[in-house]
Amino acid sequence: MIETPTHTTEPIVTGSSVLGVQCVDGVVLACDTLASYGSLARFQRITRLHQPAPGVVIAGGGEYSDLQQLFRITDNIFRQEFCQEDGYELSPRALHSYLARVLYGRRSRMDPLYNSLAVAGKGRFLGCIDLYGTAFESEAVATGIGALLALPLIRKQWHAALAMDEGVRLLEECLRVLYYRDCRALRSVQVAKVSDSGEVLISEPYELSNLQWKVAQAAEEV
Amino acid sequence: MSRSHEATIPPARGFSSSSGGGLKTSTPASLELLYAAAAASDPFEGIASAMSFTKHLLMHNCDVWTPDWYNPTQDPQLGTTIMAVEYDGGVVLAADSRTSTGTYVANRVSDKITAVAPPYIYCARSGSAADTQMLADTVRRYVTALALETQRPATVRTAAALFRELIYQNKSRLTAGVICAGWDPLNGGQVYSITLGGTLVRQPFSIGGSGSTYIYGYCDASYRKGMNREACIAFCQQAASLAMARDGSSGGVLRMVCIEESGAQRLLFTEDQLPRGWQG
Repeated sequence: MIETPTHTTEPIVTGSSVLGVQCVDGVVLACDTLASYGSLARFQRITRLHQPAPGVVIAGGGEYSDLQQLFRITDNIFRQEFCQEDGYELSPRALHSYLARVLYGRRSRMDPLYNSLAVAGKGRFLGCIDLYGTAFESEAVATGIGALLALPLIRKQWHAALAMDEGVRLLEECLRVLYYRDCRALRSVQVAKVSDSGEVLISEPYELSNLQWKVAQAAEEV
Repeated sequence: MSRSHEATIPPARGFSSSSGGGLKTSTPASLELLYAAAAASDPFEGIASAMSFTKHLLMHNCDVWTPDWYNPTQDPQLGTTIMAVEYDGGVVLAADSRTSTGTYVANRVSDKITAVAPPYIYCARSGSAADTQMLADTVRRYVTALALETQRPATVRTAAALFRELIYQNKSRLTAGVICAGWDPLNGGQVYSITLGGTLVRQPFSIGGSGSTYIYGYCDASYRKGMNREACIAFCQQAASLAMARDGSSGGVLRMVCIEESGAQRLLFTEDQLPRGWQG
């Protein structure tokens, strides 16, 4: 019997970059609130961040329906853990590993969940996973075109004593750069802060400010 | 009209050198253009021609080897929103400022409104950035020569017809959509739209580029005849900002050029100065 793919290998509605930075007192994740339909900015107030349990946040780009499915998968795994009632909580690292296996398994069946994820959690955990199942932890994480444009900026500014507020400002600056330079980016963004102790704060969507357009006057033709 | 300088400045080849009172809608250089087009279509003349020959074969699904670096889909594109509106006494041209290569914004402050015969004739460009830049430069060259030869500014229709001739004769090689607009003493403000295949149409207002698809409904509902200059500017602001909000290939700032008998005026509107639509 031939297994037909349940999803197309071509993404239709997509989210763009996700950014993350590890700070001395926690982790910050940031992304915009756009789901594009090709070049059309179709859904401009969706959320690509999700908190499945206390102390964990995941964010993703790529095919939005697959992302919603992944949110459901993570909710389910935490629900199962809760029902075990053995006093153990799934750590962010364990979730990261689990999602990596899920994604790898789907790619091995040529039926991928077409996403790039970032996982952040208590204990200053930050990791990322791509649609193939490649997974690793890092102090600075960026997916999509953010990996080309924002990651170098995050890496340059990162230092061991970086505080979460500073981290938010750093990611906002990167989101600004992405708004300038990514065709599939939006001004409306969302930020999630996960403290070392596991306190999660996901902001409401807000607009980027302090955009720099002065250069337009200098770039006029005749 | 004095012709005393004729001996020192040889007329451009192919242009009509007849004098006569009043403006003539001349057909300049059609012969020269045909020569130029014929030369460009010779497949073995230079890399550019070879590449366009390759594109020609690829378009017809012929089996042709392409080098690894040949990737026309990443060609810098003016995926864009352009428009022009005519009013009594002049025209307004408007364009966004985003040039993209794939999903990367190569230039977020580009100027897509290019002078053809400043200050009276400008064009708004969409499609391949390289193709439209060459087209604008070529048309500007011919229009300048024509003005020198005939001792009067070229008409907007002439400039538009030149764009049309170049695009039509090279339609398989070019990806260019141009809105040519301006003011001349013969017909006042005029807007001409030249589409991908080389169709030339005069319209009271015209929209173009990828972003224009999102505002056909808005423009059809909002456009009124007999708008004055301020109303035209507001119409362009509203329409273009709606398109720029929805089209991923359009964005940045909104540039405008207003052309009247007194000359051309450049305007610049950043995001905060443009009307905001619903975001959801």
